[in-house]
Amino acid sequence: MNVLAYLIPVSLILGGIGLVAFVFTVKSRQYDDPEGAAQRILSDDYDDKPKS
Amino acid sequence: MTAAMRPGMSACPACSAAPAAEALADVTAPQDVNIVLSLPSIHCAACISGVERALSAQDGVLGARVNLTLKRAQIEALPDMTAATLVDVLGKAGFEAHELDATALRATETDKAGRDLLMRLAVAGFAAMNVMLLSVAVWSGADGPTRDMFHWISAAIALPTIAFSAQPFFKHAWTALRAGRLNMDVPISLAILLAVGTSLWETSLSGKHAYFDAAITLTFFLLAGRYLDHRTRAAARSAAEELAALEVPRVSRLTADGEEQVAMSELSIGDLIRVRPGGRMPVDGEITDGQSELDRSLLTGETRPIFAGPGQIVSAGEVNLTGPLTIRASAVGRDTSLHRMADLVAVAESGRSRYTSLADKAAKLYAPGVHILSALAFAGWYIYTFDLRTALNIAAAVLIITCPCALGLAVPAVTTAASGRLFRKGLLIKDATALERMAQVDTVVFDKTGTLTAGTPQATNLGDHSRRDMSIALALAEGSSHPLSQSLATAISDAGVKPERVTDITEIPGFGAQGVWKGHTVRLGRASWVGGGESHDTTAWLKVGDIEATPFTFEDQIRDGAEALVKQLQQDGFDVVLMSGDTTPAVEAFANRLGISKWVAEALPEDKAEKVQALTQDGAHVLMVGDGLNDTAALAGAHASISPATALDAARVASDVVLLGGSLEPVADALSTSRVAIRRIRQNFSIATWYNIIAVPLAVAGLCSPLIAALAMSTSSITVSLNALRLR
Repeated sequence: MNVLAYLIPVSLILGGIGLVAFVFTVKSRQYDDPEGAAQRILSDDYDDKPKS
Repeated sequence: MTAAMRPGMSACPACSAAPAAEALADVTAPQDVNIVLSLPSIHCAACISGVERALSAQDGVLGARVNLTLKRAQIEALPDMTAATLVDVLGKAGFEAHELDATALRATETDKAGRDLLMRLAVAGFAAMNVMLLSVAVWSGADGPTRDMFHWISAAIALPTIAFSAQPFFKHAWTALRAGRLNMDVPISLAILLAVGTSLWETSLSGKHAYFDAAITLTFFLLAGRYLDHRTRAAARSAAEELAALEVPRVSRLTADGEEQVAMSELSIGDLIRVRPGGRMPVDGEITDGQSELDRSLLTGETRPIFAGPGQIVSAGEVNLTGPLTIRASAVGRDTSLHRMADLVAVAESGRSRYTSLADKAAKLYAPGVHILSALAFAGWYIYTFDLRTALNIAAAVLIITCPCALGLAVPAVTTAASGRLFRKGLLIKDATALERMAQVDTVVFDKTGTLTAGTPQATNLGDHSRRDMSIALALAEGSSHPLSQSLATAISDAGVKPERVTDITEIPGFGAQGVWKGHTVRLGRASWVGGGESHDTTAWLKVGDIEATPFTFEDQIRDGAEALVKQLQQDGFDVVLMSGDTTPAVEAFANRLGISKWVAEALPEDKAEKVQALTQDGAHVLMVGDGLNDTAALAGAHASISPATALDAARVASDVVLLGGSLEPVADALSTSRVAIRRIRQNFSIATWYNIIAVPLAVAGLCSPLIAALAMSTSSITVSLNALRLR
């Protein structure tokens, strides 16, 4: 049963990482334009160098 | 220029636009000009790059970003850049663009409430999964210190999560309690708090049952319902705001230095305003200069344009047709006749606000029932065992089992599915209870002008004219921007007639067009000016030389799908009524054409509202479909209302549903979909009730373990959601 001492924190931390990542995406407004984001990846405008 | 083009610009205006603006301030005068354009035709990656490239190639544009979901471009530009220039630039690049009123859109841009709910939902989901994992171990037989440890860890996760995620429920419950009412949130809050409280107590006594998982799953499911509900409403609201924002409230004011463009809110009484042909009167006033014709159909329902000259009083909302007019404002903003109509609307609306939604009705029965049941269970067990702990445990179990988890999802899931389906058909549901009210409708009242008709006149008697007359009329009509002339020109050229050579064509605003043909003066225009006779229809007269004038009569074109809709409604057993402010012969002819036997003509706005009221008092549930200012009071007073997107802002605001496309046919879909939706809501209610009927006796008997609670709750929620999805 000692393995629980590791497993429970590990599962909590992994879940927490997911939660923090999700909170970050919401805060940085990545859900404002889902269709645009899906289409922009197809554009080759900034393939050579990033948009500066 | 490139500095402001950083991708972060619109992704987070608050954090990256501020430094960008500061950097800008060093170079140019700091003035936050933000232009928003609507781009209805964009759909692909190439469109995005095309629009952004075309816009940023302009001097004066600091940054541009396209939002494909909303089909909008947000542009940061120097103060001297106007939206009209950019619309032209995009038009040349092949993209249709319209200016949007940036201030009217501000509200949708920061959808804080939505993001807030999503965040709470995510936290609740995270916690629910973790606590469930621990609970599974307990259910499968962990005992002794292991069980206690699992319970304590669950508590450590559950307590902060409930404190954060369940706040919306606590707040709503508190406001309801303070007002002395009971709503759905009161049993929810009580169940959550009682479950967490007794579980903590149990855990501290190393008890067997803890309901942390139930409390958190409950929060998660209910938040999901709230979020769905919020998203449906936000989508409708943003689309409705976009319609309003398309009408940019800017007018040109005449001053001593010439003309200037100002916002409508800056006007004051006595200002001179110039209204171009095709423009709408922004204020009430008196014409001081110019001659033209006015289209008053949105205000009165009359299709025939009226003459306008100096000294005449005009009201906001009328459309100037031919010549430029100068107007002295006599009432601005809230005092205009357009806004005074709002009082009428407010009176009519008080009737509708009495409608209680199905969910509220359910809550009214439900909330007291749940509390009484749980209190009885507590009292019964306490008297039976004299053990406070057992009694409290059972009371908590009863509250959790009966908690309206499925009820909270039953309505939002169905309305989301139904609104989504109707939105794809071009209907925008603005009001939360609109679907429920539409399902009860048995009488449909239509306005004529602009609703059943497209508002564009069509020539009806081309066959009565000689080819020569038609060619002369075509030559004269081609030179004019008047809607009658344009329609006549299209009709004659479609008939294969070529224009005659008419020279010296001049348009005389308010009267018509005049020219010279083979030495004779030829005129096309109003009867009084040309020398024509009387006519009940909308008519333009043609006079060639000294020969007697001949009339071209016009008829309003029936809107797409109107005939099919009326037929469909009559077949389905709806009572169809036509109500118009137009003249009796015009309305009668139109009613006969569509086969509507009940009609009212020359109705004033008050008459329309009263007629709707009278129908309602006779026990009918009226659906009003209208677009004009004269319909607003009736729209607001009817049980449910629909207006086309071309309607005046005031009419759109007063109605529950906005029709986005040109065709009327989706109205029939709206009625049938709303009926199906209500059937689904009722089904969902009965599914939820059955779950309760089975599980509550178990809970009261003290046989309900946390496992059964979790199972009952999840299955009922999922069944209800799946049932709702059948609507899509």
